[in-house]
Amino acid sequence: MDSAFIIEKSVFIVVIFAITMIMAMYSTWAERKVAAYLQDRVGPNRAGWGGLLQPLADGMKLFAKEEFFPNTPNRFLFVVGPAIAMSTALMTSAVIPWGDKLHIFGRDVILQATDIDVSILYVFGIISIGVYGVMIGGWASNNKFSLMSSVRAASQMVSYEVAMGLAIIALLMMSGTLSLKEIAEQQSGFWKDGWFTWNVFSQPVGFLIFLVCAFAETNRTPFDLAECESELIGGYHTEYSSMKMGFYLFAEYANMFISSAILAVLYFGAYNYPGMQWMSDNVGVNAANILGIVVLFIKICFFIFFYMWVRWTIPRFRYDQLMHLGWKILIPLAIVNIMVTGVCILVFK
Amino acid sequence: MSTAIQNISLSGKKKEVSNKEMTFWEKLYLIAIVKGLWITIKHFFKKKATIHYPEQVRAFSPVYRGRHMLKRDEQGRENCTACGLCALSCPAEAITMKAAERKKGEEHLYREEKYAEIYEINMLRCIFCGLCEEACPKDAIYLTISKELVPAQYDREDFIFGKDKLVMPLEMAIKNTQLKNAN
Repeated sequence: MDSAFIIEKSVFIVVIFAITMIMAMYSTWAERKVAAYLQDRVGPNRAGWGGLLQPLADGMKLFAKEEFFPNTPNRFLFVVGPAIAMSTALMTSAVIPWGDKLHIFGRDVILQATDIDVSILYVFGIISIGVYGVMIGGWASNNKFSLMSSVRAASQMVSYEVAMGLAIIALLMMSGTLSLKEIAEQQSGFWKDGWFTWNVFSQPVGFLIFLVCAFAETNRTPFDLAECESELIGGYHTEYSSMKMGFYLFAEYANMFISSAILAVLYFGAYNYPGMQWMSDNVGVNAANILGIVVLFIKICFFIFFYMWVRWTIPRFRYDQLMHLGWKILIPLAIVNIMVTGVCILVFK
Repeated sequence: MSTAIQNISLSGKKKEVSNKEMTFWEKLYLIAIVKGLWITIKHFFKKKATIHYPEQVRAFSPVYRGRHMLKRDEQGRENCTACGLCALSCPAEAITMKAAERKKGEEHLYREEKYAEIYEINMLRCIFCGLCEEACPKDAIYLTISKELVPAQYDREDFIFGKDKLVMPLEMAIKNTQLKNAN
């Protein structure tokens, strides 16, 4: 392995880490701003222009808060909980293709930390570990509300992972690969052989199921039962304070960013945009691919906005409704979707 | 034949409640969710109701009633004659006073022969209704348009405002007179 490769990857990983952090930071700002705008308010506007320094002020405040430990025998687990939540949230970004390759210093730089051929399985595995962050945190808090919240979060994630996996299977049957990079490449262009290349057009039901499950996996409204204030105080992070609390909140926003990225890559053509071929022929490959990165981030930002938009539109589900939707509607629907996709593949190919 | 009372809707907004089965499309909820999203996104672009407080101040009502003041006349003498009508009219029992007789040589201080030696308003009781102002025959007490009502204090005693806080400052009386003469 040559040293240039190692340098290239390290720089790339640091950049991705920084971007994920910044996106998570500004998601907190955007959350408040979007919430305010949807409610005819203006939101934070004192710290910096339009409140842009608000995340820094919030972070500083969290650092200055007292590090509180509840009366619990599990002090070690109490610290491990937020650490797991944060690290799993950051690990998933490794396999996401942020763009096609760039040609810099006479080398082809692939805009992906690592192109493993089971990237989707990797993502699912890491997301499943993320449940442990919530579980351990809730358990170690020694508080019945935290425990109830983490039990809810765990059962919710386990149930919706099934539907999510089944929704993905239909997509994988069409793409024939588990690599996110190849799935992104298959969606290049916008129109090919009389139909759109983006997966959302050939897998609308799968996309819908995946979208609903993504809401449940990231614990966002209408599925934020783990944090419902009216029943469970603050949820699994009731007993947390200072930056440990900040880690939980931060991990949630990082998760939102990553799941938006995965939604964009799987169903909305990743970094591809209509006229990309024309761009690389006429303007230059690098320019076309940099525009591709920008396009991917626009798609991601749209999905993040969508998360917030839905939050202020749909009220929270009741727990039995949540389970009913997951097990009795989404899973059968996903199975039917797989069968229909299979028949279509047999008939048309 | 007139309509039955149950069917009359004066506002025209009356809706019959029904328990009918939802259709398949209604059961999906997707259409309802899209409708909801449309409503919320419309609010996103609406004009905001917020008033940016320190920069923008909402105009006060023309009948706004602020802190009390005991007036002086053009020569700077206190108007109040300690008749007690304000205390009598006060629905909150906030006003107390003690009258005293004007001595010789105090004519430049008090307008009438009798004046209020002590005049106290308990600001914790006062409801700023303005009835004292209405009752006063000497135009002595009135409610200003001052935006500062009652500043926060640590002790209850500090909320009982005496003459030191209520009587119009002498400079203000002089200024008022000058303004009046200039006109």
